[in-house]
Order: sequence, then structure tokens, then C-alpha cells
Amino acid sequence: MRYILNYYAVFKEGLMQYSETVMDHFKNPRNKGTIKNPDGIGEVGNPICGDMMKIMIKVEDERIVDIKFSTLGCGAAIAVSSIVTDMAKGKTLKEVMKITNKEVAKTLGELPKNELHCANLGADALHMAIIDYYNRIAGKQKDASKEKVDYIGKRKGKCYCPYCDTVFLNETLFCAKCGKPTARENK
Amino acid sequence: MNTIYFDHISATPLHPAVKEIMINFIENDNFGNPLSQHQIGDAAVEALEGARGQVAQLINAKPEEIVFTSNGTESINHAIKGVAFAKFKKGKHIVSTNIEHQSVARTLRVLMKLGYQVTAIPVDKYGLVDPNDVEKAITDNTILVSIMHANNEIGTIEPIAEIGKITRAKNVLFHTDAVASGGNISIDVDELGVDLLSIAANQFYGPSGVGALYIRPKTEIFPLIDGGTQENNRRAGTQNILGIVGMGKAAELARIEMPQRTEHLLKLKKAFVEKLNTLDEVHINGHPEISLPGLVSVSVEYVEGESMMIMLEGEGICVSTRSACAAGSLRASHVLVATGCDYVTAQGTLIFSFGVGNTLGDIDKAFAALTRSVAFLRSMSPLYKKK
Repeated sequence: MRYILNYYAVFKEGLMQYSETVMDHFKNPRNKGTIKNPDGIGEVGNPICGDMMKIMIKVEDERIVDIKFSTLGCGAAIAVSSIVTDMAKGKTLKEVMKITNKEVAKTLGELPKNELHCANLGADALHMAIIDYYNRIAGKQKDASKEKVDYIGKRKGKCYCPYCDTVFLNETLFCAKCGKPTARENK
Repeated sequence: MNTIYFDHISATPLHPAVKEIMINFIENDNFGNPLSQHQIGDAAVEALEGARGQVAQLINAKPEEIVFTSNGTESINHAIKGVAFAKFKKGKHIVSTNIEHQSVARTLRVLMKLGYQVTAIPVDKYGLVDPNDVEKAITDNTILVSIMHANNEIGTIEPIAEIGKITRAKNVLFHTDAVASGGNISIDVDELGVDLLSIAANQFYGPSGVGALYIRPKTEIFPLIDGGTQENNRRAGTQNILGIVGMGKAAELARIEMPQRTEHLLKLKKAFVEKLNTLDEVHINGHPEISLPGLVSVSVEYVEGESMMIMLEGEGICVSTRSACAAGSLRASHVLVATGCDYVTAQGTLIFSFGVGNTLGDIDKAFAALTRSVAFLRSMSPLYKKK
């Protein structure tokens, strides 16, 4: 029985399988748009990879009072932008820095496995906006962001396996870790 | 909500006459094995050989030159691997292009691992191969040229007949993947000058799970599947007779109805392209003239293909996008990239493939839905600036 279930999971993987929450956030995105004179901007992804997420924040008393996003990407990327901005709105910067990729993915419900990385994009963009804010007011509170800067640096500008999230240094045909095909056909 | 199906390049619905003949075939209890030497077996032989004649006629071949397979992919694997294995002592070089379907590209990738060399010829901005490039690429070591007839993503039809003259002069075997074009545009294996040609029934209103490979007599080729003497020793295993019966009928209908079908599809395509040209910053991919009658590939700037597809699906319109959103830079369509399309634009591509059941009304609805979804998605795109 377990064998059959596993087989089914593998089969399902390839299909588009968005939860109701994802579809709702995709069709009725919250907080889309831009902010005039934002206090911080976080931009992650790369249109070359098919996803680009830009989050703008307005900060008052260490609290996010306004937040907007603009995103180019698949349904999951747009839903993640919507939910991650919703999660951050009204929270203190410290609280927002604690939002993890896992939490975003959990709030969204089930994401197709090859689109899990979209959830990572959301938290990354959010944290980058806050780091940008800290950089703008320069010198102060650098320590709070140190850990996250490191984390983002590891991913920035890289492409990763859609299935297992392994970061590639070079373009490869197959993911070295999970063996799934990733690449464009012959170059 | 009525579903509007614009994804005929993925699969076509069964033609009512094909459905009927298949249902009759089941109801008449035709379960026989064509190799059995009794009357039940003979009935199966009759059905099988009747269909073989119908398929042969579609591509102006003789019935004995047709091998039934389980789909287009098997036909392609059979053609390429079969020739590579049969001629491995004569040479290990194969010429192809960089816009081939995965079933060709991945077959070649496997052969490369086995020590074969592959030259992938680049294409121009319309996706056309220059026959001169093919001529230059052929060496003394070349055993096979495999170039697709029509591209399944952008619809461009390659100059197969011209390449066929070159391969004949150079005495090299020539295979064409005609899965996207078979049954949709007229094909004559002699005119094209090919030695091997792959087609699949689910591209011309026949059932899925059945395809055919044309093999010119005296072509050196190994079977892909070994076993019994079926298909004149070229493809072992009991045939999918039910599917083959459906394919035969579909081939006959495709041949007879082709002029009307083409006219209808061109009318739909023209109407749709005219509408698309009214949108700002969209590109229509592929050759404007030399392409499949029912296929339009359109790239919309500043949006991503999959999100457009989901929005259209929400309005009951089925289309396809080659690029799976997830995979980072690595998933932009290799065909579009080969035609010089940049990665960003390639990611925002939708493929509309029309069929005989579609109407001009469907085109209007689809265009309205597309306009809405593009406006919605651009409103939140970080790259889009209103002009």
C-alpha cells in the first residue's frame, strides 16, 4: 500500500497542484503595488530564472506600517508575495526577520514540489527589504541583520534545483543531488 | 462554463468516425492475435493491414514500409537508435538541430554517452535550418541526419525536401520527426526524400498510444524492441490493434479532409494573430508563413507564462506553456532560446494550437481572456512600465 501511495506522490509531482489558499492569493493578491519613497526595498530572483520579486516597506518605530510588492513569476510566486506581505504587515522588524521559508510554505498550504523555491523567494525579499532599511539608516543595529545577510548571500544570483533546492554553480543538465532533469536541451 | 480547447499540439480529441470504428471494433469482440493461424487471428490481421494501408496512403508510402509503434516517441527512438546500432561500425556521427523535441534530444544525449558524436545545427530567428549548414556538417563518419519536419513549439516547417536531396547525394540516412506535422499538412515521403519518418495518431484526431514509423526499403536499421516476428521483424510485441484501427481511420480522414481543415485552421490563426498584434509588446514566434496552420506561439513581455495559463484555465481556456515556471534560468524553452529569444521573453510564452472543433467565437473569447490576464499580471510586474 505504501508503495502505491509513494508512486502516486511521484506522479502528482509533475502536475499543477495549487491549494485553495494559493489560488485565492494568486487571484486576489493583497498588497500589490508600489510605495512612494519607501524606507526599504528588497529585490530577489532574476527574470532570467522566471521569477522576480520586489518588496517595498514603510517603517515607523521599528514596525512595518505599509508594505507592497510587485512580482513577475508563476502563480506560486505571486501567491507567496501576497501572503508574505500580509504576514509582515504591522509586525516589528525583529518579528519579521524571524519569518522563515518554512513558515511561508506552511501558511500557503501545499505547494507543488517544483515550486517550493517560490516560498523561499518570499522570505528572502522580505528580509532584504529590512536589511536595506537598516543599511539606509546606516551603522545602527547591523548585528541584527548579520546572520540573514549571510544567508541571502548564499543564494543571491544563483539558480537552484526546482525539486530539492540544491544551488547550482554552473548550468547542469541534471541535478547532482536528486537526479531530476533541470536544463535546457542541447545548447 | 464551456471549455475551449486550444492545446491540440498536446493531443487532439477523437474524430467521431474514429470513435465509432473503435467502439465497433470492441463490440465485435475482435480480440485476436494477428499471428494466430486461425480465423480469429485472421480478423485481426485484416484490421491491422487495412489500417497499415490507410496510414501508408497518408504519407504516400507503401503499406509494407509502415511499422506501427506505441507513439511518436517510440518511432523516433526506433529510428535514431536503430540506425545508430545498425551502423555503429561505419561511423558514429549524427547531425541534428538544436530545436528538436525532447524525444530526439534525449535519445541523442544517450547516444553521446555511448560514444557517438552529435552536431546540433543552429537555426535562424524563425527557427529555420539552413540546408547548407546540414551539408557542411556531414562528414565521412556521418551515419544519420535527423531533423524535425515541423517544430512543436513554434510551428515552423523545416526545408526537409532540400535537406533530403543533400542526404541522398551524400548517401546518408535521413530521419524526420513529423509528429507535429503528420496528418496536419501534406506529407509525401518521396518528395521529402526521407528514409525514416515518425508520426503519431493523437496529433490528427486519432487515439493516443499508437504511432508509426516509415522505413524506406533496404534501410539498415535494428529493431528497438526485440522478440517475435511482428511488424515484419521490425518491431516485436503484439500490436495495439484497437489503437491501430483508430489510427488507420484517422489517417484516412486526415487525408480526405485536409484541405478543409487547413482552410479552417488558417482562418482561425489569421484572426487570432490579427488580434494579438493589437496588444503592445507581444511577439509571435516562428515563421509567419512557413508554419503549421493551427499553431500560434506568443511571447508576452513582462509576464510569466504559467501565471497566464492558470488565469486562462480559470476562464475555461486550455493552452500550454513550454516553460515550467519553477526551474530557474534552466527552464526557458530551448527552442525559443535557439531562435535568439531572450530568457525573460521566453518565460512569458503561451502556445495556442487550434483544432477543427474551434470557432471564431472561441478566438474572441480567448483573446478577451488573454487581454484581461495580461493586464492583471502586468499591473503587478516589477518590469512593466505603462507607455
